[in-house]
Amino acid sequence: MALNTEDIKRIAHLARIEINEQEAVSTLTKLSGILGLIEQMQAVDTEGIVPMSHSQDLAQRLREDVVTQTNQREIFQAIAPMTQHGLYLVPKVIE
Amino acid sequence: MINSSLNTLSQMLASKQISSVEMTNTFLARIQQYNPSINAYIALDEQKTLAQAQAADAKIAAGNAEPLTGIPFAQKDIFCAKGWKTTCGSKMLANFVAPYDAHVISQFDAVGAVNLGKTNMDEFAMGSSNETSYFGGVKNPWDFDRVPGGSSGGSAAAVAARLCAAATGTDTGGSIRQPASLCGFTGLKPTYGLVSRYGMIAFASSLDQAGPMAKSAEDCALMMNVMAGFDARDSTSLNRPKEDYTRGLSGVTGDQPLKGLRIGLPKEYFAEGLEASVAKVVQEAIAEYRKLGAETVEISLPNSHLSIPVYYVLAPAEASSNLSRYDGVRYGHRAAEYDDLMDMYMKSRAEGFGAEVKRRILIGTYVLSAGYYDAYYLKAQQIRRLIVQDFTEAFKQCDIIMGPTAPSTAFKAGEKADDPVAMYLQDVYTIATNLAGLPGMSIPAGFAPSHLGKPLPVGLQLIGNYFDEARMLDVAHAYQQVSDWHTHMPVGLE
Repeated sequence: MALNTEDIKRIAHLARIEINEQEAVSTLTKLSGILGLIEQMQAVDTEGIVPMSHSQDLAQRLREDVVTQTNQREIFQAIAPMTQHGLYLVPKVIE
Repeated sequence: MINSSLNTLSQMLASKQISSVEMTNTFLARIQQYNPSINAYIALDEQKTLAQAQAADAKIAAGNAEPLTGIPFAQKDIFCAKGWKTTCGSKMLANFVAPYDAHVISQFDAVGAVNLGKTNMDEFAMGSSNETSYFGGVKNPWDFDRVPGGSSGGSAAAVAARLCAAATGTDTGGSIRQPASLCGFTGLKPTYGLVSRYGMIAFASSLDQAGPMAKSAEDCALMMNVMAGFDARDSTSLNRPKEDYTRGLSGVTGDQPLKGLRIGLPKEYFAEGLEASVAKVVQEAIAEYRKLGAETVEISLPNSHLSIPVYYVLAPAEASSNLSRYDGVRYGHRAAEYDDLMDMYMKSRAEGFGAEVKRRILIGTYVLSAGYYDAYYLKAQQIRRLIVQDFTEAFKQCDIIMGPTAPSTAFKAGEKADDPVAMYLQDVYTIATNLAGLPGMSIPAGFAPSHLGKPLPVGLQLIGNYFDEARMLDVAHAYQQVSDWHTHMPVGLE
């Protein structure tokens, strides 16, 4: 389970975070320390234990499928990095 | 006035002894004087603040005052507040002006409370010292060389330095209670689901919970009356009858007000790793509780050593998912230059997030990645159940659990900044409560001498069963009736 810098770069790519060689090296040291801490879990026998995602085992509420919000496009786009004609602008993705 | 309880401030306003504008100006003047050195607030807007104070004065004059009307509060910068810069301590949101109010903010607005400003915090609430904030660290008002704790470090310093009447915070692994311990005040993390997370910038959604940070249990109870309640906009908000959290406080009287109360002392919380000076103060506080009529029983939380490993799988996993929304498209930081869409994501996120946030996103991405999910994420969720079962067993033997909040007093700035694992151990006694969704409190229990003379506050932690906040507040209040630690103010800031 020991990681190397190539693993760090692969994980960083999955997380969409640019990382250079030097950062990968320093990140490797710190992440290895944290993963060492996490490794303590492996000593526990968890056979048959139901995983818990909510501390009181409650399920999500469902709501009626009805309109609850009004259109606030201008308010929300006022804080966007780049917009045009009410659309969010990103680099071209379709040739 | 700056050291007065919320009740006293409310009476002063009701009797027209002082107006909300005058009270607000008193705190604003203190902020001007001390904030440049303490760095507790990262957004101030006097015009907005004073407009709220004027509206509060009108509400009081019209006879419509509620208990917190006109009282000035500090709001952690994790809560969206319409028209206010809301940064979550990150460069990613350095220019983000919230287009709407968090539920917590609208609850305070609805009763006519005054928002003094937004407080500093660890970036995206990831930290235990406030040192990961993009806007700089915060000084501990008791010793400027030391950290206030985190992640709610700005709110903590603002309460301790009396730069507000009280403040809000959030607690994912101890972020209300550990700073309350390190800065010497009362903080409460409620049962998961009691306070709506709507508009509260998400870190780890199954653990995040907002709560009050104030001088006393009584103040926390008054704030809980405003903060708690069902909100359909948070899918995990619990629909329960409205409670009055102050209802039992006046009944805490007489020689032995806590007669019959069984206090559980987890042996794991007093073992290796706890500083001796902290242990001494905590034991003295527990002795005081025996004098108040409570009995103590030793209990065991045998899986508590696993809470940090489990937390550092689950919280980063949830964070990596929650923080994927910061893509430089709809809001937040976008890199100035990039080649294509992928490059825009990669650069925007590399520039916008700080080192600790990146580490946690990477850990989360790793434990959720193909081939590792079962070994890490699922395993952690299974052990989470064991940790919760420990508490279920413990509460068969006691009504409330007590122990230290943090293993040490406030540490020096920079001391743990480069060692994430050492930093994570700050939350060794608080994290299990979040994993279990239980309510936890920290109350001032005294001071420990530090090597260079300045005494540092120590917190006593109270952990209650689900929805037992009112009793916890009564139990804390009983101690605060016979002790005055919660009224002490840092030297030089009077």
